Amino acid sequence: MDAIVEQFPPYREREAHAAHDGHAHHEPGFWRGCVFSTDHKVIGIQYGFTALCFLLFGFFLMLMMRWQIAHPGQPVPVLGPLLEKMLGPTQAPKGAISAELYNSFGAMHGTIMIFLGVVPLAFAAFGNYVVPLMIGAPDMAFPRVNMASYQAYVLGGIVMLVSFFIPGGAAQAGWTSYSPLATSIPTDGQVFWLIGMILLITSSLLGAVNFIATIIQLRAPGMTWLRLPFFVWAQFVTAFLLLLAFPPLEAAGIMQLMDRVAHTSFFLPTGLAAGGQLAHVSGGGSPLLWQHLFWFLGHPEVYVLILPAMGIVCEIIANNTRKPIWGYKSLVYSTLSIGFLSFIVWAHHMYLTGMGTKIATFFQATTLAISIPSVIILTCLLISLWGGSIRFNTPMLFCLAFLPMFGIGGLTGLPLGLAPADIYLHDTYYVIAHFHYVVAPGTIFALFAGIYYWLPKMTGRRMNEFWGRVHFWGSFIFMNVVFMPMFAQGMEGMLRRMADGGANYSAARVPGVPDTLPNDIMALHTWILWGAMCLGLAQIPFIINLFWSLKHGEETHSDNPWQATTLDWQTPTPPPHGNFAQVPRVYRGPYEYSVPGHDTDFTPQNEPEIAKPAAPRISTPAH
Amino acid sequence: MDIPYTVEARPDTGVYNAKVGIWLFLSSEVMLFGALFSAYVLIRVGTPAGEWPHGWQNLTLGTLNTVVLALSAITTLMAWVACKIRQFGKFQFFHGCTLLLGLTFLCIKMVEYHQHLNHYEIHLTDGRIADGDMLQNNPKQDYVVIKGRYAAYEEDLYDLRAQKNLKETEIKIPRSQIKDMQSYGPWHNDYLALYFTLTGLHALHILGGSIVIGYLWGPGRRLWKTDPERFTNRVEVSGLFWHFVDLVWIFLFPVLYLT
Amino acid sequence: MDELKTAQPGTARAAAGADPSGHAVDFHQYLRRCLYVFLAVLCAIGLMIFASYLPHYGWAAKVALILAVACVNAFLVAGFLMHLLSEKKLIYTLLGFTAFFFAGLMGLTIYAMHDMPVGTVFH
Repeated sequence: MDAIVEQFPPYREREAHAAHDGHAHHEPGFWRGCVFSTDHKVIGIQYGFTALCFLLFGFFLMLMMRWQIAHPGQPVPVLGPLLEKMLGPTQAPKGAISAELYNSFGAMHGTIMIFLGVVPLAFAAFGNYVVPLMIGAPDMAFPRVNMASYQAYVLGGIVMLVSFFIPGGAAQAGWTSYSPLATSIPTDGQVFWLIGMILLITSSLLGAVNFIATIIQLRAPGMTWLRLPFFVWAQFVTAFLLLLAFPPLEAAGIMQLMDRVAHTSFFLPTGLAAGGQLAHVSGGGSPLLWQHLFWFLGHPEVYVLILPAMGIVCEIIANNTRKPIWGYKSLVYSTLSIGFLSFIVWAHHMYLTGMGTKIATFFQATTLAISIPSVIILTCLLISLWGGSIRFNTPMLFCLAFLPMFGIGGLTGLPLGLAPADIYLHDTYYVIAHFHYVVAPGTIFALFAGIYYWLPKMTGRRMNEFWGRVHFWGSFIFMNVVFMPMFAQGMEGMLRRMADGGANYSAARVPGVPDTLPNDIMALHTWILWGAMCLGLAQIPFIINLFWSLKHGEETHSDNPWQATTLDWQTPTPPPHGNFAQVPRVYRGPYEYSVPGHDTDFTPQNEPEIAKPAAPRISTPAH
Repeated sequence: MDIPYTVEARPDTGVYNAKVGIWLFLSSEVMLFGALFSAYVLIRVGTPAGEWPHGWQNLTLGTLNTVVLALSAITTLMAWVACKIRQFGKFQFFHGCTLLLGLTFLCIKMVEYHQHLNHYEIHLTDGRIADGDMLQNNPKQDYVVIKGRYAAYEEDLYDLRAQKNLKETEIKIPRSQIKDMQSYGPWHNDYLALYFTLTGLHALHILGGSIVIGYLWGPGRRLWKTDPERFTNRVEVSGLFWHFVDLVWIFLFPVLYLT
Repeated sequence: MDELKTAQPGTARAAAGADPSGHAVDFHQYLRRCLYVFLAVLCAIGLMIFASYLPHYGWAAKVALILAVACVNAFLVAGFLMHLLSEKKLIYTLLGFTAFFFAGLMGLTIYAMHDMPVGTVFH
């Protein structure tokens, strides 16, 4: 073991000291230190703050859409006059949401939540802040590329936001931007959307390259692959998904941009008619090609959303059950299998496009196959709870809620993976409920848990526990109030993306016609609207708690307040530039909690083996 | 603490950071161009028989560009070797050559683009089609002049390779006889759409590579004095990118110019 | 990179100020190899152009032939100029994954587009 460690050349200790004692070290000013910083921790916080703002913005878009669905054509309360003032009377006449604006909100809610909210928060923010600390690295492998990644992300976000204010409004063809619809809608919002996406994809690619290179190259001495915390594994696989799945969407985006700007016909078929007239295009393109290229990213993207969340949950569960995670290797191999399989399941989003039975069978088989590693991960996390003396603090509560919520989201996805069921359920509220259960009470709960868990490392202060619990219970209850009814609505046949929430197809509007949407199903809209409002209210304690705790939270008085084993807790708080005073050496796996014969119930990864012959670390069987 | 393995290779992986980084980046580039090539295959296979254009490119210029890129691949490698043996003069010479060759490529590409955008297909009111390079297209004159030929059917314009000895003459067409007129831009048909998109994206890569190479050749050379090994690594990494761009052209040339 | 390393055994890889005369020979050896590769690449380009003028009965076979030559050409560039023939396992693993997913993207997409339901307008 030591021989292996010695092979690694020592870091340049001289600079490490200089960085540590503050006198010799030149403190960067505001611009270098906070805006154009190359420090992975600053960039992580930048990403986190920006992404949280976008999440809140996306949430408000959703609230307005829910109002429109429950009360079609009625002025939005409170925000209505503001909408009319900012977007003009064609978009929001008398403060009510026009159908075009509803479509814009729908497309942008999806885009913002996924590409500007959850992925930057889960992958870029947590990954940037935590991964180098966990593997014992001084920074990311390419700090300046890291900064460029954040800048491209901000630029992409600005382009997306600006598109609301151009004539015609933001993109209206859904977050999937299917051609020829996306090409035919007469708003330049789509061009903005495409340019914004290309910037965001560039940002993701730079980030992904950086993460993979960092994890491969900058692991501290002794940090072998199977000693990596599961969170690092999750981020590693996520980075690969981003690296290899995003470029096809970039290619597709470039082609759609050409379709709009240079009037090519990549995705426009011969004989295309728009608005009752033959479109003036050369034709010969393939609309299905867009869907293939889009979903080649789109499906791995689902795992980009969920894997980092699983990583966070795993860390927090291990820490708060005070025992090793159950089935670490199964977790790792399952994650790798998910990463691998996620590239060959994409066409299960396209069963309705007229797909042959052979290829549909292939994609059904791979889709069901990929549910196996997902279930293994969930099972491992569940079994890890068994027999632990669990600490029920706020991060742990969110993680415990993650398990059943992700379970509901995942299991309701199985019928969608089978073509016969999917053809009925496709494009209904059932799909909305399914993937929101995965992402909203799933991933976002894990992200909340991560914020509550790692904030003490970032600031040296804990967030308030009481208001954390208020936040948790409010979010937990109202998430379910919002999304559970959508399963019922979807199975009743209510389609998504209808600006009037299906009112035109309701039994109340067209009495006596079979297969209309019954009144009780329509009434659920009001139920969901109030649920969403309360969900919004439940976030207020979180926002106040977060900002209040930065200055006034309870001080931890320790670098390792949760008594965790991983390296991120073995640094000063907050970690200085360069992270570690000396190069950490890793002697053990990531989850050595409650090791028999050990003084404390946690053994940090960098704690050397005890010299005296310790009790056997693996407890003897048979009792 | 400084970031380790920026210069020397990590023992267990055998490579330095930037090399992992560039190969990861190139992997994503493979997927980017892979998706575009997939689009090419699908659109070409989906085109009705006989409607895929052949011989629409200037093969001389295309071949010249191919050779230019192949040569620049050699010079960029030589530049790296010169760094390896610590002969900065040689490095400057070879890297300068690479830069010039890259810019030559871009210039030739621009000439080709100009030729396409200046080539018009004109549908006349009597049903005939005039096709050729635009010579005079002054809005003040009530006629246009092209150097080209007449064709009876659209199909006659697709396979130029099969039609040997095409006679091109100067044709003067009164504007009153023109039904519609379209240049051979990306809007003209799917082949040209693919041509402009693929080569345009490739040209952007050449431009990006030239900027990096120009930086290393110009202001970036400061690093040579302080850390020649790291500078050599940078040259190697930029060379890998340049070779990849060459590699893409190796496939673009046959699929767009030859078949 | 490894070509150079093997060509100059005993010297620390590119240690500054190493004996220049010792390297000169290696440099010329390397230069000669590069020239061979360049000539081979030129031949491949010529061959492609020649193949495109062969008489043909349908484009499929000819496209396959030309692309085969292009693949040889690409192999020369990737293998020798990018030193892929003597690269580390890490890089191979990475490129292996990429090749697999690229094959999946292209293969499955093309297959899906041609496996349309029987009895529809597509088929």
